[in-house]
Amino acid sequence: MKVISKVSEPQADLDRTPLYALHVALGAKMVAFAGYEMPLNYPTGILREHLHERAKAGLFDVSHMGQAFLIGPDHKTTAAALETLVPGNIAGLGLGRMRYTLLLNGEGGIVDDIMVTRSSSPEEDGRLFLVVNAARKAIDYAYIQARLPDGVKLQAVTDRVLFALHGPEAAAVLFRHCPKAESLWFLDATRAEFDGIECSVSRSGYTGDDGFEISAATDKAEEVVRALLQHAEVLPIGLGARDTLRLEAGLPLYGHDIDEATSPVEADLAWAIPERRRAEANFPGARRILEELAHGVRRKRVGLRPEGRTIARDGTRIHARDGRDIGIVTSGGFGPSVGGPIAMGYVATEFANEGERLELVVRGNNIVARVVALPFVPHRFRRRT
Amino acid sequence: MALERYTKEHEYIRVEGDIGTVGITKHAAEHLGDVVFAELPAVGRHVTQGAGAAVVESVKAASDVFAPASGEVIETNGAIVDTPALVNEDPEGRGWFFRIRLKDKSELDSLMDAAAYAKDAKGSG
Repeated sequence: MKVISKVSEPQADLDRTPLYALHVALGAKMVAFAGYEMPLNYPTGILREHLHERAKAGLFDVSHMGQAFLIGPDHKTTAAALETLVPGNIAGLGLGRMRYTLLLNGEGGIVDDIMVTRSSSPEEDGRLFLVVNAARKAIDYAYIQARLPDGVKLQAVTDRVLFALHGPEAAAVLFRHCPKAESLWFLDATRAEFDGIECSVSRSGYTGDDGFEISAATDKAEEVVRALLQHAEVLPIGLGARDTLRLEAGLPLYGHDIDEATSPVEADLAWAIPERRRAEANFPGARRILEELAHGVRRKRVGLRPEGRTIARDGTRIHARDGRDIGIVTSGGFGPSVGGPIAMGYVATEFANEGERLELVVRGNNIVARVVALPFVPHRFRRRT
Repeated sequence: MALERYTKEHEYIRVEGDIGTVGITKHAAEHLGDVVFAELPAVGRHVTQGAGAAVVESVKAASDVFAPASGEVIETNGAIVDTPALVNEDPEGRGWFFRIRLKDKSELDSLMDAAAYAKDAKGSG
């Protein structure tokens, strides 16, 4: 049996998060990811970890991701600086609110997708907290730093861990240790105490389910994790299930579904560009993006459901029923909650319609697949109605 | 009496008379993780020793399953197509992949017996 896999065995020169020893002690299978040695799964296995998160609560170590502060004299100045790099409404970000946005390059391509948070404390006015992808953090920081005006600086955070606690029981579990988190709605953030330990908590994440991201000092990391893992509802979850969860939620993965050659319009992320920014046209690549918004794009990101059980992984070519090559799968695998194969990819716009039947070429066979709306599994965020 | 042989690629073949039952070993199944898909050769297809005959997919990766010996596929295990988890539950029993009518039993001489495989598997990943 020969494994045709992109998942690699760890090598000696990889970074480790502060929780490395705990992952190993819990029996995790460690793999290389974004220059880190990370848990792919624990003895529970990817399928059961995924299903457990959807049913109860899962705890993820995401400390490999980049955490940084953008610091200026006041919110207006810092926001304006960031708005020269992203197409989102940062100036209008409220206290204790966060937003998904995109670092763009001059061609309107995506350098990275990031989360930006404005502190709930007026004393921290002028500071924005950024969380960026692990594989892109060096590139992102250099990109941002090269473009900041005098008076605004970027400070990478290296002494804090980042966890995600997600699933329908996540809230009940977290409130036992952090009562202040109960007041959070989706995309709210606050400083809080977890069993007396100072931390930052936001109601956000990458699974499509309700959940929280918690930033705490490195020397308190193990205490927080052990406190959460003691609850029967909580299992540790690895990167394997993190990927199947986000794919079912229709969320793009940088380097697969989005990259420097992809525009937000092609990627179906134009919702992240509000009216004011479109009118002002003052973000990188604005000309191309506005042109695409006005006249359409040649290709679009769509969800795909192969018929049958055959899995179509990233790199799979997509054909129209008449055999023409019209696109490529950028993320694909098995969806445990869906119970079958799912994929996301880019197809020529004329085929990007819900219900369209296409063919995926897998090991020389043409597998029929339907274009479906994303997400594959409904989101369950705690939104204000 | 069934004869059991193993390949370096972690397939097994259990031979009774001229018929060999092929699957992947416990070691392989553990290393693979949760199996979510199996693609089996068509009945009637001729497989060649060492060449790809089937595919097994875990959540993270697709893997080729090589034929331990040459022969004609006479039966395939639909149970693992319907319930891929069977491969994890009982890889060397109910999780078998396909059966072949052996073309040349002397091909089995180049394979390992259980003891040799156990030693070899311990050394490798």
